[in-house]
Amino acid sequence: MSEQTTEKILEIDNLTVSFDGFKALNDLNFSMNVGELRVVIGPNGAGKTTFLDVITGKVKPTEGKVYFQGQNLRPYNEHQIARMGIGRKFQTPRVYLNLTVRENLDLASNRQKGVFRTLLGKPTKSDRRTVNGLLETIGLTAKAELQAALLSHGEKQRLEIGMLVAQSPDLLLVDEPVAGLTDEETENVGNLLLALAQSHSIVVIEHDMEFVRQIARTVSVLHQGSLLCEGNMDEVQNDPRVIEVYLGEQEEEAA
Amino acid sequence: MLELAVGIFNGFSIGSVLLLAALGLAIVFGLMGVINLAHGELMMLGAYATFVVQNIFQGFGDGALNLYIFVALPVAFIVSAIAGLILERGVIRFLYGRPLETLLATWGISLILRQFVRSVNGVLVLGIVLFCLLFFGGLWFLSKRTDWERIRTAAISALLPLSLAISAVAGVLVSKTGVEVLTKPWFSARNVDVTPPAWLRGGFSVGIYQLPYSRIFIIVLTVLCLLGIYWFLNRSIWGLRIRAVTQNREMSACLGIPTDTVDALTFAIGSGLAGIAGCAITLLGSVGPNTGQNYIVDVFMVVVVGGVGNLFGTVIAALAIGIVTYLIGSGTLALMFSNSDALQPLTDFFTFFAATSMAKVMVFALIIAFLQVKPSGIFPQKGRTAEL
Amino acid sequence: MNAEVGNFAKRQQQKKQQIIELAIAIGLALVFAIVMPALLSAFRLKLLGRFVALSIVALGLDLIWGYTGLLSLGHGIFFALGGYALAMHLKLQLPEGQIPEFFTLYGVTELPWFWTPFYSFPLTIVAIFVIPAIVAGLLGYLVFRNRIKGVYFSILTQAALLVFFNFFNGQQKLINGTNGLKTDTETIFGVLVGSEGAQLAFYEISLLGLLLVYFLCRWLTTGRFGRLLVAIRDDETRVRFTGYDPTGYKVLVFAISGAIAGVAGALYTVQTGIITPSAMEVAFSIEMVIWVAVGGRATLIGAIIGTLLVRLGQTFLSEQFPEVWLFFQGALFLLVVTVLPNGIFGWARDWGIPKLRSLLGLQEQLITYPALEQDPEIQQEREELER
Repeated sequence: MSEQTTEKILEIDNLTVSFDGFKALNDLNFSMNVGELRVVIGPNGAGKTTFLDVITGKVKPTEGKVYFQGQNLRPYNEHQIARMGIGRKFQTPRVYLNLTVRENLDLASNRQKGVFRTLLGKPTKSDRRTVNGLLETIGLTAKAELQAALLSHGEKQRLEIGMLVAQSPDLLLVDEPVAGLTDEETENVGNLLLALAQSHSIVVIEHDMEFVRQIARTVSVLHQGSLLCEGNMDEVQNDPRVIEVYLGEQEEEAA
Repeated sequence: MLELAVGIFNGFSIGSVLLLAALGLAIVFGLMGVINLAHGELMMLGAYATFVVQNIFQGFGDGALNLYIFVALPVAFIVSAIAGLILERGVIRFLYGRPLETLLATWGISLILRQFVRSVNGVLVLGIVLFCLLFFGGLWFLSKRTDWERIRTAAISALLPLSLAISAVAGVLVSKTGVEVLTKPWFSARNVDVTPPAWLRGGFSVGIYQLPYSRIFIIVLTVLCLLGIYWFLNRSIWGLRIRAVTQNREMSACLGIPTDTVDALTFAIGSGLAGIAGCAITLLGSVGPNTGQNYIVDVFMVVVVGGVGNLFGTVIAALAIGIVTYLIGSGTLALMFSNSDALQPLTDFFTFFAATSMAKVMVFALIIAFLQVKPSGIFPQKGRTAEL
Repeated sequence: MNAEVGNFAKRQQQKKQQIIELAIAIGLALVFAIVMPALLSAFRLKLLGRFVALSIVALGLDLIWGYTGLLSLGHGIFFALGGYALAMHLKLQLPEGQIPEFFTLYGVTELPWFWTPFYSFPLTIVAIFVIPAIVAGLLGYLVFRNRIKGVYFSILTQAALLVFFNFFNGQQKLINGTNGLKTDTETIFGVLVGSEGAQLAFYEISLLGLLLVYFLCRWLTTGRFGRLLVAIRDDETRVRFTGYDPTGYKVLVFAISGAIAGVAGALYTVQTGIITPSAMEVAFSIEMVIWVAVGGRATLIGAIIGTLLVRLGQTFLSEQFPEVWLFFQGALFLLVVTVLPNGIFGWARDWGIPKLRSLLGLQEQLITYPALEQDPEIQQEREELER
């Protein structure tokens, strides 16, 4: 048991990503344990989204390596990485608008993702039970047969998180899950994430400090593509470098 | 070796026609993500405008006739630009964000334009003018009313068939009178010939080969257009706005750039360039309603290979496609290998493709192969927004 | 618990609907198969048979464009390949040792190697859909694996079309170039292809083909596979991050779509009496797209209705006003795209039928409060009422 908790689910070594000379990530080192819930914060342009892009295989590292459960991710592309057990939720909710809520979840929970298996396979009884369970969890049972296009913004956010869980990944990457939500919805999503953290490793990227305070145990701060500091919420908030990055340098303000 | 040099020159001149046509398309595609299937027909309009200008100059005697091309170029530009402007304001504007539908709509325009030059006559023009007066006049009149927003749909759906019917009936009536000036088509359905001015006939001799002056003229024209566009995009205020909208439409709109005007202007300029290309091709042979179709697919390939957002890519792609097409199609390559017996299979291979139509087969295969290495063209757009 | 019971009932209902639909489709096909030959002259029947063949290719196009969101402007390639395959077989209905007549015009004395398999009828039937499927699959693979999509895909397919057109046009010695292959003076199973009896048979076969292809497409588009196609159309990146590889799906759909076009091409060829490279003209392939657009994208019935309507209109208008037909066609493109983006069928579904229903005073099904549907109490009340 104790061995499991110290095992690293994600490890990033000296990662650099540059677009035409511009370094979106610069010599980044990062690691997290199995079962951890980690929040990544950072000002605009700190490289948070690129960070997720690299882990999910959308962008290939210029230098450095990403290990997931000890495996180097470089040779794999997006769908292979997703099948290995990394799920990603995008900043704006991205669900399939022309499918119903149930169909959205069904596609995500499908275990057989090969072309012919999907063509010839039929949803099994346990598949249907999973989907029904998920509908309950995200509170959309009543709207299961509605087109996703008709959902509200908050409902779409929840649906996408549901789809993510349906994939049953080991590591969840969640990009700004509460952007544009009301306070109540924010709290709902927060509770949902905390519940998920019981059985998953999760990386959350967030701007909303209230929300970060609600869910955070360990926080990593990115700045200009590198890790600035790491620690619990109080440590991070009192770190002078973080204050500088967020509030600007003292001289600048004086000038 | 001389053959090769002459072959490259000829390919270069084919490439410059492609470039002239592709420039406009590439700018528009970069800005709006729209491929205009009627681009070839805009070229064709430019060619017909040249034909008309030449006929007018014929009335002024030989001295003036030699200079018609300098009037024809701006006229072709303006005619095509206006046609493009109408196309953008009338149709494409409503289809932004739906590139595939735009493709179909512009194909419709292309069919209409092709039939238009075949059957345009006095009656048709009268009918169109009458329709525009009735329809747009009616709209203008009704838009003065205070409840305009409410009756808008009803007004349009009433005015459109009404003015269509009136102008159609008027057209039929006029054509019944049988006045030949009105009912005779302006251009026949067959191709028309434009005679190049005397000083562009003949050529510059190199050994046994001749480099036609008309082709040299086209190359010079292309270079001038390229410089002009480069200057416009990089040095003028509207060029700056165009580049801004190309990179980030929403942000530009927030900064107060009139994106609507930028779209219209860009489309008009792109179409105008097609007009100039049309004027240029009149120097190479006769033109007809289907002229545009002969060029258009090659021009698309230039855009695909060149990539979006960088004119330099378009230049290289156009020249490369032009030269390769010519070297293969004319059999120059086949000839080069024929000297040695060891290369016999290679010679046979290239001889098989040594025809203009077969060269296209080969070039397409090369393009597909190229896309395996560089799927987004020579100069792809980079950054995290590139693929979303 | 209750939700699952509801689901079960829903699935039963769906199954019932499917059976009804099957019955309607077969019924309609039977009506066409029996009534039309009695009503129409041989000439008109042949025309109808061609339209039926063309609506098969429209179904294939709908699969790739309507459902998967990839606009192919090159379906003429697959259509022509299917047509050529059958025409080559018909051309080889000769006494031992002879080769088709046209070869002598170009001084060819030996049959080109790739003609030999077409001596066999079964091989030809297989070739009619396998060759287009392979060509489509290969082209699709080379394009999709690089994530080329959208407008790029469309103009690449158009360029491919032009390339095939040039190739077939230029190779007189291999396949008679521009002149194409004439089939109506040849025989099939000892019957003249152009004869009335054979044409009637082709008409019936086309109808059967349409029915089969319709059910194939229906099967492909209703299950998980079909939903995944829609998902690829809506958001391909998301599909990838869910763990599916869109490339495989797109290649398969494109290949199936090509195979369907090949079948249509073969059926069309024998009813026209000739196949020439003009089947690969740029304009023809774009016309196919407009049939689908007129009927309504992503609705299979729409593709069939659209094809029949547009072709009927074209036959009528181009007979009456040959000069202005292109104007009409151009206007059709513009109108469909701007005014009827969902086509006739989509319009009827979204606007026409609800309107009609409300005019007739029938109650509309409300979907605003789906919670009512799921409410266990209401469910129970309903069940009691039904009892």
